[in-house]
Amino acid sequence: MARAALLRRLTWQAATVLEIREETATARTLVLAVPDWPGHLAGQHVDVKLTSEDGYSAQRSYSIASAGMPVEAPLELTVQRVPDGEVSPYLVDAATVGDQMEIRGPVGGYFAWQPDDGRPVLAIGGGSGVVPLMAMLRTHMVAGAKMPFRLIYSVRTPADVIYAKELAATGSAEVEFIYTRETPSGWPHARGRLDAVRLSQLAYPASAAPHVFVCGPTGFVESVANALVLLGHDAMDVKTERFGPTGG
Amino acid sequence: MPVVTRGFAGRGRSDPKLPPGQYLTEDFPVLSAGPTPHIDTSTWEFQIITESGARHKWSWDQLMMLPTEEPTVDLHCVTKWSKLHTGWRGVPLDTLFANVESAADYALVHAYGGYTTNLPLADLLDGQAWIAYQYEGEPLAPEHGGPARLLVPHLYLWKSAKWVRAIQMTTEDTPGFWETAGYHNYGDPWLEQRYYGD
Repeated sequence: MARAALLRRLTWQAATVLEIREETATARTLVLAVPDWPGHLAGQHVDVKLTSEDGYSAQRSYSIASAGMPVEAPLELTVQRVPDGEVSPYLVDAATVGDQMEIRGPVGGYFAWQPDDGRPVLAIGGGSGVVPLMAMLRTHMVAGAKMPFRLIYSVRTPADVIYAKELAATGSAEVEFIYTRETPSGWPHARGRLDAVRLSQLAYPASAAPHVFVCGPTGFVESVANALVLLGHDAMDVKTERFGPTGG
Repeated sequence: MPVVTRGFAGRGRSDPKLPPGQYLTEDFPVLSAGPTPHIDTSTWEFQIITESGARHKWSWDQLMMLPTEEPTVDLHCVTKWSKLHTGWRGVPLDTLFANVESAADYALVHAYGGYTTNLPLADLLDGQAWIAYQYEGEPLAPEHGGPARLLVPHLYLWKSAKWVRAIQMTTEDTPGFWETAGYHNYGDPWLEQRYYGD
């Protein structure tokens, strides 16, 4: 991506909640109207600032969930409630349609994917780490991209699956689930972690030279990224985004 | 006037020990752009390369022979978490630069794995920066930059390059990995210099 395109001063912009979609018991999607949104790449994030009536404010970063196109589409953020968090409980439990907040971005041009990238895409998400990968999958669908796209999504239980309905109908993009605590009834695999053996069964082989994006909690990303390198993937092709147990 | 978010109270007051826009964490989150490199200390090497191309090299054993300091510092990550009173052991950059002849004003820091970051040389000297290899009394873990990382805690943590392997002196400022990707060139947390133009 051209340096000139990235070097643009980021100012705070007012955003208004247009719609809310409950995704799971602990995650929801906020659809936001941002009047002068410059557009974004799938995988980028924004900073969100909430200000109380007495002037106190708090900021956090959230991945963008909506496709990178069309540019005039509303911006969607999917937020997972963090226990004892300061911003996420407000966004997940209290925010309603019509509420306002401030946003600046988009931020980050490395963990990002564009449909003119010629490589197969291997997107691997743990928990709410699926959010920026969903932006990539949606961009792949909206663009009608032809290169293979596979999402490997590790979740605790079927009830924790964000975007469940949409992930059941992704067209040419493939979705593989890993359940770590509880599987759906009749599921052909045991519950378990995405270890090197499962990864070698589910991931595109290193010989296919996929562009790999891994997002999730630190332990998940460390383990998956290490396994990918052991399976022969070039470390430069593996892009990671980690979030700690805090963040909220 | 800032936009007021209806019904938001938050924690309600700002901690004066935290730079603007930061929040306190007790964990030690990890932020890296790719897989964690695993570097054996038997092959590890650190270099300072001057603008004339002169190279000053240290092996791991040579680094271990140098006098150390044990700074206790606050860490501020551009992703908004801050962690206070962290304990490190490392070699001050003042020691490593003691015999380096250079008239260059800028440094480009290189890491194993290809990461780079830039800062003025002045920010690396006068007791402000270390090559750190222990965290809270333990060898520095690979995901936190072990075996050794740069520690320059008065700037946002992306300047404290993990897996540091070289500092290259440059007469002109050369933006590094995040600095060319929209982040601030200098990164002072107290001035909230997160992104380009802040």
